[in-house]
Amino acid sequence: MTKKISIDPITRLEGHGKIDIFLDESGNVERAFLQVPELRGFEKFCQGRAAEEMPQITSRICGVCPGAHHMASTKALDALYQVEAPLTARLIRELYYNLHMFEDHTLHFYILAGPDFIVGPDCERSKRNILGVIDAVGVETGKKVISMRKWARSFMEEVGGKIIHPVFGLPGGISKRFPAGKSEELKKFADEAIEFARFTLQTFEEMVIKNQTYLELIKSDIYYHETYYMGMVDENNKVTLYDGDIRVVTPEGKELLKFKARDYADIIGEHVESWSYMKFPFLKKIGWKGFTDGPDSGIYRVAPLSRLNAADGMATKLAQAEYEKMYDFFGTKPVHHTLGIHWARLVEVLFAAERIKEIAYDPALTGDKIRNLNFGLPSEGIGIVEAPRGTLIHHYRSDEKGVLTGCNLIVASLGNSAAMCMSVERAAKKLIKNGEVNDGLLNMVEMAFRSYDPCLGCATHSLPGKMPLVVNFKNRRGEVTGKLVRNSNGKEMYIK
Amino acid sequence: MSDKPGKPDKPKVAVSWNSSCGGCDEAIVDLDEKLLETAAQVEFVLWPCAMDFKYEEVEKMADNEITVALINGGIQNTHQEHIARLLRRKSRLVAAFGSCACMGGVPSLANLTAMKEVFKTSYLEGCPTVDNPEKTVPLAQSEIEGNTLTLPEIFESLKTVDQVISVDYYLPGCPPTAAMIGETLEAILTGNLPKKGTVIAPNISLCSSCSRNGTKPDIIEMKKIKRIHQVEADPQVCFLAQDILCMGPATRDGCDYPCVKGNMPCTGCMGPVENSDQGAQMISALGGIVGGETAQEADEIIGQIVDPAGTFYRYGVAGSLLGKGRKK
Repeated sequence: MTKKISIDPITRLEGHGKIDIFLDESGNVERAFLQVPELRGFEKFCQGRAAEEMPQITSRICGVCPGAHHMASTKALDALYQVEAPLTARLIRELYYNLHMFEDHTLHFYILAGPDFIVGPDCERSKRNILGVIDAVGVETGKKVISMRKWARSFMEEVGGKIIHPVFGLPGGISKRFPAGKSEELKKFADEAIEFARFTLQTFEEMVIKNQTYLELIKSDIYYHETYYMGMVDENNKVTLYDGDIRVVTPEGKELLKFKARDYADIIGEHVESWSYMKFPFLKKIGWKGFTDGPDSGIYRVAPLSRLNAADGMATKLAQAEYEKMYDFFGTKPVHHTLGIHWARLVEVLFAAERIKEIAYDPALTGDKIRNLNFGLPSEGIGIVEAPRGTLIHHYRSDEKGVLTGCNLIVASLGNSAAMCMSVERAAKKLIKNGEVNDGLLNMVEMAFRSYDPCLGCATHSLPGKMPLVVNFKNRRGEVTGKLVRNSNGKEMYIK
Repeated sequence: MSDKPGKPDKPKVAVSWNSSCGGCDEAIVDLDEKLLETAAQVEFVLWPCAMDFKYEEVEKMADNEITVALINGGIQNTHQEHIARLLRRKSRLVAAFGSCACMGGVPSLANLTAMKEVFKTSYLEGCPTVDNPEKTVPLAQSEIEGNTLTLPEIFESLKTVDQVISVDYYLPGCPPTAAMIGETLEAILTGNLPKKGTVIAPNISLCSSCSRNGTKPDIIEMKKIKRIHQVEADPQVCFLAQDILCMGPATRDGCDYPCVKGNMPCTGCMGPVENSDQGAQMISALGGIVGGETAQEADEIIGQIVDPAGTFYRYGVAGSLLGKGRKK
């Protein structure tokens, strides 16, 4: 009797999703599918829009990382109008960008992923929430997380106009100067941000790496894929987030290729399946070989661990030391262990904080010249940034008036779409045997998904921490033959 | 159900989403410490992007058991419609939260085109990276290796929440401000509820509170309409007085105009004031300030707006006179 287990909805992420797990006659997992059940159609309805409005229109793709879309879009406009922003404008853009990375990554670690980590995978469910995290790390730290995020976002508002859906990006520059009066406060923030990042890494070491149970989970083969890795690098092949070339390395860690924004369409293809509205990017050079990893499959991964895997190091001193520590610990590079993403994310928090400090001390930050109006005739432009969740590409075509005729978007999390499906399926296959379903399984299948940082890192308060779940057992005729129900108090019942 | 005998139950709050971006959910998080205070006074029973409650638990609740459902996003597929109707049944009050829920939002720009064109662009012909020789498109039902997988069907046109269920309150804004959210929660907690249909924002245009309003000359006469990237806007002067189009005159006040403070014109996310169509209101306002000696000259100036639909109805195609749009 074939059974289907549905996890619907997926929770604690941005965007809608569901997971269907299909068991064979022995009750072992045959297939598992992560489906995205929505489509809004940005690539179509952006046609006909004025190009200069695109940074604000495309930021509505995501309200958690609107700054990433705003920035990719602004860079696409630079390319569309063949104009370069003056140094002060570029510095302000990069400042904004690193602030965004700092607060978004920090939030994800403490609030979203924290419950799966800091309190431990075998901890009682009632503590697998932000309150359990605060219990473990202390109220002071909890308050610090909220206040650091708030402070970082106050600078984003100063620079970007509006925090959620910023407004400041223009082709060839930005709309507003950085006020000299804010310089001292920014320097102060930078120092505190660096300290906070270091503290967070220390917390991760103490509570996660030194926790034997959790360590085994990280190093196990439940969450493991040997894929290609993609990330933006600077001229020294160090991780960078705002501007650079995109590098791809093989599962063995060798450079496969490096490309500039304008050539992305030669490198990346998108595969379509009938069971999801989300597309599946892959490397054209290797080809789409299905949902499988290894050097013969064109599937690649993006976002923090992939960026560190694809680079030769970090461009700032303290982050570089942490980068080396992480790879020493795993004893190998690239690191293929999916849960290592959480560690890499924190290395990036430190990098972002150090970069903020460098920019804060740059005298050009408070310069006057923030616009360059020497536009060429618009026709086509591509902008790439590293969003918190991966490589993000905006590609516009326009007529001579700068009205869009075409729009292609490779959105950050999309780079992990195939890998997410594979990770969920792999975890399900390794954990569900003989049709047995229990709470440990349910949490660990979720963890396979959450390690990719579902787009919304949110939830600051009384999370019950128990994942209410219904598992429907259906026979081949689709009739429900039994139900395993877990309510939010953690009580489980099997109902025939 | 209360855990403590004798203590009144906390009001139950549900937060739900549709064709959303997550910004409205993030706006609730941005209440920061105030959210922790609120969380102590209410019981969240649904918030898919942030919490692990399932729809099945909501289905088991009694009608009107939930005090308020805050619903963000426009309704664009069968599953979203189903959940909206479920929440209406189970909730005493429903608030349309954010521009998308109130008016359709940016995603309702898709109403200007046929959904089959959206599919064509996304999956078949429109994107240079799509590699799809078999012309596969997402289907409501697929059979994969003997397994049946389903997806909700996408509507031809996105709908506002009140085009599907009745709505008690409206919080416009993309996203609504912390002040508006705080005011709504305060009203729920104290029981001082405004009347049904209230928009939780002042019923007056943005210009009334904008710091640049004083720089408007008595007579504005736009001899041309400049696009924002073509000029370096003066950060103190009214945009319209600089020949730059600003939606302020046709947009509801209450956001504290962060965009204008960022030296960019208002794009209209707070929606129209009472009983007006935002696009029609703006066109009417322009009628009073566009220059030109003859109708032909005026036409020529107005013609410099390269994207009227996206300018006048950026956040509100679904809820406007354009409604379901004209399909291309």
